[in-house]
Amino acid sequence: MGKYGWSLPVAASSYAGKIDFGIWLIHAAMLGIFVLWGTFFVYLLVKFRARPGHNAVREDHDDTPARISVPDSISKFPFAQMLYKNKGELKSLIPDMVIMTFEVALIVFYAIPVWSSIKASVPEVKDPIRVEIVSEQFGWNIHYAGPDGKLGPRKMELTHFSNPIGLDVAHADSADDVVMGNEMRLPVDRTVVIDLLSKDVIHSFFIPEFRLKQDAVPGLNIPMWVTPTKTGKFEITCAQLCGFAHSLMRGDVHVQTQEEFDAWYKSRLATIPASAQPTNPAEEF
Amino acid sequence: MNNPDTHSGVTNAKLGVWLFLASEIMLFATLFTSYIVLRMASTSWPWGWDVLNVPLATLNTVILISSSVTIVMAYAKAYDKDKAGFQKWMAATILLSLGFLVVKAFEYGAEFKLGIGPHTSVFYAIYFTMTGLHGIHILGGIAVNAGLLYMSSVDEHWANPLFLGRVEGAGLYWHFVDIVWIFLFPALYLL
Amino acid sequence: MAHDEHAHGGHELSFMERYVFSVDHKVIGLQYLITSFIFLLVGFALMGLMRWQLAFPGTPIPFFGGLFPSDLAPNGVMSGEFYNSLGAMHGTIMVFLGVVPLAVGAYGNYVLPLQIGAPDMAFPRMNMMSYWTYLPGGILMLASFLMPGGAAQSGWTSYPPLSIINPGQTVWLLSMVILITSSLLGAINFLVTTINMRAPGMSLWRLPVFVWAQFVTSVLLLLAFPPLEAASVLQLMDRVFHTSFYLPKDLVILGQAYAGSGGGQPLLWQHLFWFLAHPEVYVLVLPPMGIVAEIIANNTRKPLHGYKTMVFSMIAIGLMSFMVWAHHMFISGMSASLSNFFLVTTMIISVPSVALMTCLVFSLKGGSIRFNVPMLFALAFIPLFAIGGLTGLPLGLTVTDIYLHDTYYVIGHFHFVVVSGSIIALMGGTYYWFPKWYGRKMNDTLGRIHFWGTTTTMVGIFLPMLFMGLGGASRRLYDPTAQLHNLPVQGWNVVATYSAYLLALFQIPFIYNFFNSMWNGEKTPENPWQATTLEWACPSPPPHGNFEKTPTVYRGPYEYSVPGRKTDFWMQTDKN
Repeated sequence: MGKYGWSLPVAASSYAGKIDFGIWLIHAAMLGIFVLWGTFFVYLLVKFRARPGHNAVREDHDDTPARISVPDSISKFPFAQMLYKNKGELKSLIPDMVIMTFEVALIVFYAIPVWSSIKASVPEVKDPIRVEIVSEQFGWNIHYAGPDGKLGPRKMELTHFSNPIGLDVAHADSADDVVMGNEMRLPVDRTVVIDLLSKDVIHSFFIPEFRLKQDAVPGLNIPMWVTPTKTGKFEITCAQLCGFAHSLMRGDVHVQTQEEFDAWYKSRLATIPASAQPTNPAEEF
Repeated sequence: MNNPDTHSGVTNAKLGVWLFLASEIMLFATLFTSYIVLRMASTSWPWGWDVLNVPLATLNTVILISSSVTIVMAYAKAYDKDKAGFQKWMAATILLSLGFLVVKAFEYGAEFKLGIGPHTSVFYAIYFTMTGLHGIHILGGIAVNAGLLYMSSVDEHWANPLFLGRVEGAGLYWHFVDIVWIFLFPALYLL
Repeated sequence: MAHDEHAHGGHELSFMERYVFSVDHKVIGLQYLITSFIFLLVGFALMGLMRWQLAFPGTPIPFFGGLFPSDLAPNGVMSGEFYNSLGAMHGTIMVFLGVVPLAVGAYGNYVLPLQIGAPDMAFPRMNMMSYWTYLPGGILMLASFLMPGGAAQSGWTSYPPLSIINPGQTVWLLSMVILITSSLLGAINFLVTTINMRAPGMSLWRLPVFVWAQFVTSVLLLLAFPPLEAASVLQLMDRVFHTSFYLPKDLVILGQAYAGSGGGQPLLWQHLFWFLAHPEVYVLVLPPMGIVAEIIANNTRKPLHGYKTMVFSMIAIGLMSFMVWAHHMFISGMSASLSNFFLVTTMIISVPSVALMTCLVFSLKGGSIRFNVPMLFALAFIPLFAIGGLTGLPLGLTVTDIYLHDTYYVIGHFHFVVVSGSIIALMGGTYYWFPKWYGRKMNDTLGRIHFWGTTTTMVGIFLPMLFMGLGGASRRLYDPTAQLHNLPVQGWNVVATYSAYLLALFQIPFIYNFFNSMWNGEKTPENPWQATTLEWACPSPPPHGNFEKTPTVYRGPYEYSVPGRKTDFWMQTDKN
């Protein structure tokens, strides 16, 4: 990507390639349709331009259909007659049929199966990384379930500046949890299963390189998943207008090797003394 | 312009009222749909008869249905060119609709006294919104009917051949407002 | 009711009755025309300000920066709140105050009664009321910039909960309710007029395509707007009476618990909104398509190819448009299997749309094409609108929409549809019907300058948006450079911004041409384009009551180049 990039960013998740395939296929088809039609269009404009000695010629079907005589073979079938009499008009449906066929193929063989695998279901993987992402104006709180795979429960009344998601630290499931602000780390080639939530307004979790986008709606818990396939640092951004600082709502996702990730997770666990959390947060709220 | 090929056979005014009612149906259908969606998604929803005043609402249902009858009578009298009869039945319609609003005001008043308002819960929110919007439609109907009552006292309007059509339009609208209530009453109070 | 309104043709009309509170559909049409063009300019100006911020974020707006109060634009640099206000108001003004009133209020009002041979609309006074609710509604919308906290800031889509907690939204909702009322009055009037007021002989299959387009549009307006009205009432309740229709439990906003009962559904608004707003897209598109059909039939000098196909396609689009709304919501969190349903309906609606475009292109075949200014606009509509239509494909397809949703690709797509599609066609309509309005022609050279300048700069604005969208740039970002993934495509923002300013420059010849031609344009006869439809069978401008005597219609709308006739056009009113 140069200064004037106009192409898709690098594909860094297991399903990014499938989405890109559709985007390129449709754009190739679009370009094909546009060039074909465009050529035809320009040809018509040149060939049929008004000039001395050139007159417009009506088409057959421009006369009243009643005057078009029907072959004897279909004279008994009113519907066939109607089609025959209007065959001049019906010709304009031929391009439609072509596009229609393309669209049906796209839906049946591409859109529905791929959509089901990306959005409608979470793949059955052994030991996925469990994460909960709680969005708010204007940041992402990333809550890791930790090795036990269980997310600690959240309580609204525990919400505090030091505990933005209201995690109940006293609960056993929370013992190995880690909460990060606007910084996400993931091991490469491992599936992460995410619950997407919002505390206030609608946000949209978007990582362009992963081709991952999902709205976070307050009151709903929306599942999503991704398997990163490339190490590196990518950007998390908010794709849904969420207020005056919408454009500042961003974070980073670091895709690392499993070892780097484990080491990082351990170091995070060590830095969170349980006592740092408010003991009786309800009063401070 | 009497070519049957190009005319629907319905007067402009009547067609206009029917189209207006079509848009009104969409308006209330949207509210009913919202009501269903919100109720399906909610974790708790009170029974209407526990929290609302069913006897008063029943009284109001009777009042509104009666007013539908009286407005039809008014139309019949206008059809017969019986001015006094028209005025009597139209006045009755207006009185009944005012009665509806008074009963409604008592109902609202009792709820406000208990500190209940649209903010209390989604149930009350939809209750106040839908009955309130319906009330505004009643007010609109009263304005139209009162206007017709006044016009009937002016000879120029009473003699106008379009007058009957106007009464018919008002009657169609009034029936629609009644029907909305017929749906509102069970949806909010009984189901 | 229709007949007694004409009673006051007898006495002298005062200035107020003639030009301000007129019940004549032609005066009302021109009132709509001028007002909506002004609103288009206002909406365009708002966009001009935004484009500066997008291309050169954080730098003071040149020339105008100092004019804004310091809370909106400290030191001439626009604030995030002001940017969001401009964005929301740009969309609202362009759609509800600009294009729809222009397409329906202006052209529909002026042309439709003439084309069906009616003396006026069915309800002339209601027609006047429609304009006089539209104008205050529009002024109220603009005035919301002066309110404390500024204008609405939640996008023209006003998604809650953001729209409930943001300032400015109450005035937005109130003026929307007023504007919807105005639309409903107009829609009822158009439908009754088309059904009941046709001249003798004007059967349904003799109606010009433009009338059919207006008719289908009016049905959409009539049935799709009330749901938005209801949705707006609910949102108004949420804001004013603190109900929770769109608010779930336990909201925490900027660290504060939100006091409200909860129990509402944020997605409910999106469903109701798009239930209106998708038919609205066809409201924006069908009348311009009707205009293009009229101009093409006239300037190819032959009948449209597939008149019936076009009519059936428009009816099919009208019906289907009520079943596709949630393709705007594929990633909104609604059920993933519901998405498949809307994916299929969306692809179905593309069938009649393609049929319409095919008919327009095939209509050129065998013609004798005159390249006058209206025809240039009508011809440009075809490829530019096609780009808009085609780019809808990856957005309507669930999978590719995951990536492209809410990016600049969406913006590019619908601007190709509405701006370089609809607005181009509407501008062509002005050149086409101007002789009817004023009995004079607009200047040809200025028209050609306007045409070439407008179309090329429009492509210069919207094509870069498609590239930016493919690059992953999100829409509605106050400062695109605050996000690293936007940096590679930022150069396209600069291209789009300069193209937008050039586009503004190219409107000057149009505005000058319009007003100058009103008084100084070349005088034209009754039927300067040698057209066949009824509006050309009355004097230019038509007198009150339009036709000297009620016309009789003998044939279909596009009888051009009929063999064996002296002239190549056979008017609908010519007996033989």
